[in-house]
Amino acid sequence: MPTTTSWLKRNPRKFLVLAAFVWFGLYRLLIPASETLVAQLPVERASPLGSALQFFFYDTPKVLLLLTGIVFVMGIINSYFTPERTRLFLARKSEGFANVLAASLGIVTPFCSCSAIPLFIGFLQAGVPLGVTFSFLISAPMVNEVALTLLFAMFGWKVAGLYLVLGLSVAIIAGWIIGRLHMEMYLEDWVQNMPPVQATVDDNAIPLNERLDSGFESVREIVGKVWIYILVGIAIGAGIHGYVPEDFMASFMGKDVWWAVPLAVIAGIPMYTNAAGVIPIVQALLAKGAALGTVLAFMMSVIALSLPEMVILRKVLKIRLIATFVTVVACGILIVGYIFNLVL
Amino acid sequence: MKIIKVLGTGCANCKTTVKLIEEVANALNVEIALKKIEDIQQIMMFNVLSTPAVVIDGEIVHSGGIPSREKIESWF
Repeated sequence: MPTTTSWLKRNPRKFLVLAAFVWFGLYRLLIPASETLVAQLPVERASPLGSALQFFFYDTPKVLLLLTGIVFVMGIINSYFTPERTRLFLARKSEGFANVLAASLGIVTPFCSCSAIPLFIGFLQAGVPLGVTFSFLISAPMVNEVALTLLFAMFGWKVAGLYLVLGLSVAIIAGWIIGRLHMEMYLEDWVQNMPPVQATVDDNAIPLNERLDSGFESVREIVGKVWIYILVGIAIGAGIHGYVPEDFMASFMGKDVWWAVPLAVIAGIPMYTNAAGVIPIVQALLAKGAALGTVLAFMMSVIALSLPEMVILRKVLKIRLIATFVTVVACGILIVGYIFNLVL
Repeated sequence: MKIIKVLGTGCANCKTTVKLIEEVANALNVEIALKKIEDIQQIMMFNVLSTPAVVIDGEIVHSGGIPSREKIESWF
């Protein structure tokens, strides 16, 4: 093992090429492997159970493989976009374009919800406008690689792409509106009195092999945490795939039910989990005939708006700004839900 | 003796970081004074953007995520 590690440290580029080949090879093997596996079992391939098993044996490794690959690559990309560097990008930029930049950087900057407050204050201290800071804070947890990968793996690139575009739009527009409302006085007094700081970055270049380490670290941390949700999600999907009670939810979460989207947004607020945790629910609702827009609105609401997060935000924001934040974001998600239902 | 402060608002990652530093210090027989700072106003005095962050003798040596065991060993 030590020799492998040191080889990796000396040849990070070769490792990346090799890993990419192995990854694609495994990916190509998924369908034949799952078919072979099911053929070994004493069940009829065409039966509901056979079809459910094939779906499970194909989808589980597929989603995990995709997620591992993307989280690894994102871990490397993240090491280029530290919060300090993102702050430097955004400091003293004028609103509008900076909102777009902030929401986009939210995708690639590593972000943990426990850092939300220090980040929020640190951005403001360095002269990042309030609305731009919000654009970043809305986008970072909502539009992330885990959510996008899972949506892509389970529902295809169209759904993932729409989620990306509309999620960014919510973050950009909600942040811009909050900026227009000039609510700086609704920051807690101690936050308003924080001394300004100069945004800086330590410019020591990190060698590629250390960036690989941060890729491995992300895989260990993220995939290690979310695999169980994915397994449950796929098991639910597989169960339904085989037995098809299709339109159970359609009558009250279908496209024609206009109040389903607002209800989904409201239902999502008290719930709090990450993108992976909500996937089993999404899977179950969709498979039972709920409309995609309604379900995605629910997903966005669960991730972007949550009671525990508001309690934390209360330390730095006065009630009125929190209420504005929730209202603006909820309206954005509502519109996204209706657009999805209209388009798909 | 090194004075070590862990900055964090009390999330799981911060607790793990504290535990890990204690473990490594014990294993290496280094005497440390470990302090956990959870108050957000105090945390912001250190100018960190992501937590958990680790401050040794007034200097920020780590910020964002759980530090690796090797990294902690390098501090002692």
